[in-house]
Amino acid sequence: MSGWQALFYKEILRFWKVGFQTVAAPVITAILYLMIFGHVLEGRVQVYGTVGYTAFLLPGLVMMSVLQNAFANSSSSMVQSKVMGNLVFLLLTPLSHRAWFVAYVGSSVVRGLAVGSGVMLATWWFAQPSLVAPLWIVVFAVLGAALLGALGLIAGLWAEKFDQMAAFQNFIIMPMTFLSGVFYSIHSLPEFWQQVSHLNPFFYMIDGFRYGFFGVSDVSPWLSLSIVGVALAGVSALALYLLRTGYKIRH
Amino acid sequence: MPAVSFQHVSKIFPSPRGDLHALKDVSFDVQPGEFFGLLGPNGAGKTTLISILAGLTRASSGRVLVHGKDVQADYQAARRQLGVVPQELVFDPFFNVREALRFQSGYFGIRHNEAWINELLDGLGLADKAGSNMRQLSGGMKRRVLIAQALVHKPPVIVLDEPTAGVDVELRQTLWQFISDLNKRLGSTVLLTTHYLEEAEALCGRLAMLKQGQVVALESTSVLLARAASNVLRFKTDATLPPELAAQARITGRVVQLPANDAHAVERVLARLRELGVVAQDIEIRKADLEDVFLELTGSHVRPATPVLALDEVDV
Repeated sequence: MSGWQALFYKEILRFWKVGFQTVAAPVITAILYLMIFGHVLEGRVQVYGTVGYTAFLLPGLVMMSVLQNAFANSSSSMVQSKVMGNLVFLLLTPLSHRAWFVAYVGSSVVRGLAVGSGVMLATWWFAQPSLVAPLWIVVFAVLGAALLGALGLIAGLWAEKFDQMAAFQNFIIMPMTFLSGVFYSIHSLPEFWQQVSHLNPFFYMIDGFRYGFFGVSDVSPWLSLSIVGVALAGVSALALYLLRTGYKIRH
Repeated sequence: MPAVSFQHVSKIFPSPRGDLHALKDVSFDVQPGEFFGLLGPNGAGKTTLISILAGLTRASSGRVLVHGKDVQADYQAARRQLGVVPQELVFDPFFNVREALRFQSGYFGIRHNEAWINELLDGLGLADKAGSNMRQLSGGMKRRVLIAQALVHKPPVIVLDEPTAGVDVELRQTLWQFISDLNKRLGSTVLLTTHYLEEAEALCGRLAMLKQGQVVALESTSVLLARAASNVLRFKTDATLPPELAAQARITGRVVQLPANDAHAVERVLARLRELGVVAQDIEIRKADLEDVFLELTGSHVRPATPVLALDEVDV
């Protein structure tokens, strides 16, 4: 077992040991969203001409769960280890900054996909969106989870206490996910807000992911893929740089 | 080749109230197989020096080598040779003792380490706690796990930063027996910082003393001991000592200890006390120990106004 595998496995076991909180709870939350919004809006809203609202909402909720949980995993693990002081066990090892990155981001992807699959399975009963292009679904789920995992790692390195982490989550991650088109197609928005939505990278992750289900989306999936890919490369480069220089973890 | 080599290590912590020079041009070597002690009052820079060695902190200038490997440029090779027991009692609340040790082995790329993990658990009296969650362990038990974690990869150099602070007598005995055994049996090099001078005196063949970030002594323990005033006059009193005596005295509550090499020195002190009408009880003369040398070299016998508060402060 190489070092990164040990850390990767430890990070997975860490969230799995509190699975009620890290996997089951977000699945329940997503089901509640689906039940309530589906009940209120089904039959009143049609998207892309033919898609019912509940079927439209489902992929959005799955992707939102993937993204939020991928972020929560790396960020809370890192900030907890810093606050508890047990990060020193890693700092004393020969693990390279690349090993840290792969393990933290990889385990975030696993948690994001675990929660996303859970939401998908649990909500299949309510609506069955078609699966036009499954490869796009997988590609966007993995890239989105990796992007948020890397972002969570940066937030975890930056935050010195839980308070700062909560601020990052509530003032940046939450608004960006909620305003990304999870609950609506941005074509239903006024022109100005459509333009604003195009500046939100989360929009492309949700839109591309949804394309895999319906074969229809607000923008081309290739555009979404390029933007998500560039964002992932940029965020990963920053996370790797911070790890290499020991930002806020080595003095 | 030295096991550990500190070469002109300096560390400056920038601060708005002026830079803090935590270490000033510290140089010394620790040879393979040595049991080496690093002593100094709080804030002397011991923990900063250990942190630089462990790669937790970067030196502002100078370098540190572990068996010839630079702790920055060749950090992976250097860290494989080092087992560091941190000063803080930290633990990962998600795992039990055995899991913590398995993961720690894994980080060093070691698979199937069960035989050595079991040996560590037995040697440190943790065998019956292997399945316990870290949260359920007492402070002493957590300290043992910290030591086991530092040793999972069988490092040739073991670094212990204040390992016995706040630890009961029994555990101190177990711990020292275990470490001494590693030192003798496997030839492990041990670098230790401690506040317990009798421990350093009993265990360490050689010592470095730090004061305000500088090495003020670097010698074998026996030579250092010989440097001290060979005798100490000890008595108890409720009265305040005159400044000229207080300046060289080691005062612990009612107990006063003064260097007094010969009969003349003893007479001088007693005469001065009689002159001032100070009542001295339980007078005795004893051999000087490491603490006397330590106080003499670091000048710490001039006690601050609130010495008790300063005792447990964490080093910078």
